[in-house]
Amino acid sequence: MGMTLTQKILAAHAGLESVTAGQLINAKLDIVLGNDITTPVAVNEFKKAGFDKVFDKDRVAIVLDHFVPNKDIKAAEQSKQCREFACSHCVSHFYDVGKMGIEHALLPEQGVVTAGDCIIGADSHTCTYGALGAFSTGVGSTDMAAGMATGTAWFKVPSSIKFILKNKLPSNCSGKDVILTIIGMIGVDGALYKSMEFTGDGVASLSMDDRLCICNMAIEAGAKNGIFPVDEVTKAYMNGRCERPPVVYEADADAEYEKVFDIDLSEIVPTVACPHLPENTHPASELSDIKIDQVVIGSCTNGRMEDMETAYRILNGNKVADGVRCIIIPGTMQILRECVENGYYTAFIDAGAVVSTPTCGPCLGGYMGILAAGERCIATTNRNFVGRMGHVESEVYLASPATAAASALTGYITEPKEV
Amino acid sequence: MNTKGKVFKYPDNVDTDVIIPARYLNTANAQELALHCMEDIDTEFVKKVEKGDIMVAGWNFGCGSSREHAPLVIKTCGTGCVIAKSFARIFYRNAINIGLPILECEEAAEEINANDEVSVDFDTGLITNHTSGKTYKAQPFPPFIQNIIKCGGLLKSLKEGEDND
Repeated sequence: MGMTLTQKILAAHAGLESVTAGQLINAKLDIVLGNDITTPVAVNEFKKAGFDKVFDKDRVAIVLDHFVPNKDIKAAEQSKQCREFACSHCVSHFYDVGKMGIEHALLPEQGVVTAGDCIIGADSHTCTYGALGAFSTGVGSTDMAAGMATGTAWFKVPSSIKFILKNKLPSNCSGKDVILTIIGMIGVDGALYKSMEFTGDGVASLSMDDRLCICNMAIEAGAKNGIFPVDEVTKAYMNGRCERPPVVYEADADAEYEKVFDIDLSEIVPTVACPHLPENTHPASELSDIKIDQVVIGSCTNGRMEDMETAYRILNGNKVADGVRCIIIPGTMQILRECVENGYYTAFIDAGAVVSTPTCGPCLGGYMGILAAGERCIATTNRNFVGRMGHVESEVYLASPATAAASALTGYITEPKEV
Repeated sequence: MNTKGKVFKYPDNVDTDVIIPARYLNTANAQELALHCMEDIDTEFVKKVEKGDIMVAGWNFGCGSSREHAPLVIKTCGTGCVIAKSFARIFYRNAINIGLPILECEEAAEEINANDEVSVDFDTGLITNHTSGKTYKAQPFPPFIQNIIKCGGLLKSLKEGEDND
């Protein structure tokens, strides 16, 4: 029996000819990732277990992104612990303030991850790198500690759900609308323990930023990973960027899938996930009476350059509605720099928005845009659980950068116009 | 190995943000974090929970963030076991890795009520509801995972493997 794309990568990293769904394997890791929240727990476990060195200083990535620049003294202590560990183990991919970005925007941008990799990260959105044709999955801190020590991790080989994408998205839609639509279809545990494999003629029309966004939210359907095949778009993105040569795997023609869904991209509409689950999706056009207090454009889901361009296109020359706070967070320092160079930064300020340095900040209710009781935010982030962005009686609506920016101008959830 | 205690019942899709809100994650201190376990959906939990008590929930327990702080605070509060219809995969992995006993059993999760007195035998997967008198059999773990649990967590199992090499 043939293997899926995910199974191909896992088999190669486990040193096996083939693997089948349900099989337990031990796989070699190309990158082990942690952030300022999860690394301290991993470091404690690493030390407690008596390990004294990382398996490869070039294969560990530690990114301070959740609460930096440090939001308070405790966060500062956690950053310090990460910094000291990275320094003492000569971790080459350590990203501190000034160099950091939101981890899942940063690692692909910096070429740290590449096609064919097997990656674990102590952050649930590590599934983002599947956009490059890598197997990449979120784990906890103990797995990170074990990965740093041994360069391996145990996996149960997942079965897959195939999504065949056809045609092209309308101009007012992006990857976010695709993945929200899919989560709305299959539910927040619709792909539990499984791989989501995206394929079909429509893939070619999706940019890397769209694909990174789609894979990023695979976890919101419960998936182990999301993955795209490598095509010309991927190769052009990786060319001259990735520090290790990409390895291109393809799914076997006779690979078995648990389910197959056909997705016609031309039928996707601007989509919003209402509180308090990402599966609670509705067309933005049906929510136009929902008044908002805050807009957040950023995060590991939608803080990339195309997202900034979209926000600029809609906000430039216009004003954020009275009573609305619009917070824009470029995902990495390079993206922030491009926003400055391209005049986006000035346009955002002129529109009445604020621009932050890269941080996960408000997405997880950390800082930089916390909601009070009864407040509503439309955000390009990835979760709208109870209390996610602040008070337990606040509400988060998940949407694309276009929908969020259009809503910032009206103060109500607003479907972006086709361009 | 077993546990016995009263039941705290929760719905489907209990996410790690309500198990331990991210606003408290500026520390990795388990005792400090445990004071806030479940507070966004159940402010009574930390006041009432006693050693050995059991959480019973619906589908997809522990969805969302990869934060290991989530199973850690549940364990630190004294919870002896979580029984759910299903677990989100990272939570499942984390619970095993840190040694929080979890069991998947749809029927038990459906029928057991809040405040029931329940005991669990981890060796056999037998769940006994002393309040209703009913028993249930949970899915046993594969031997590979049983070994991690037996060793007291992933890192200890790795160390043990290293020592045997």
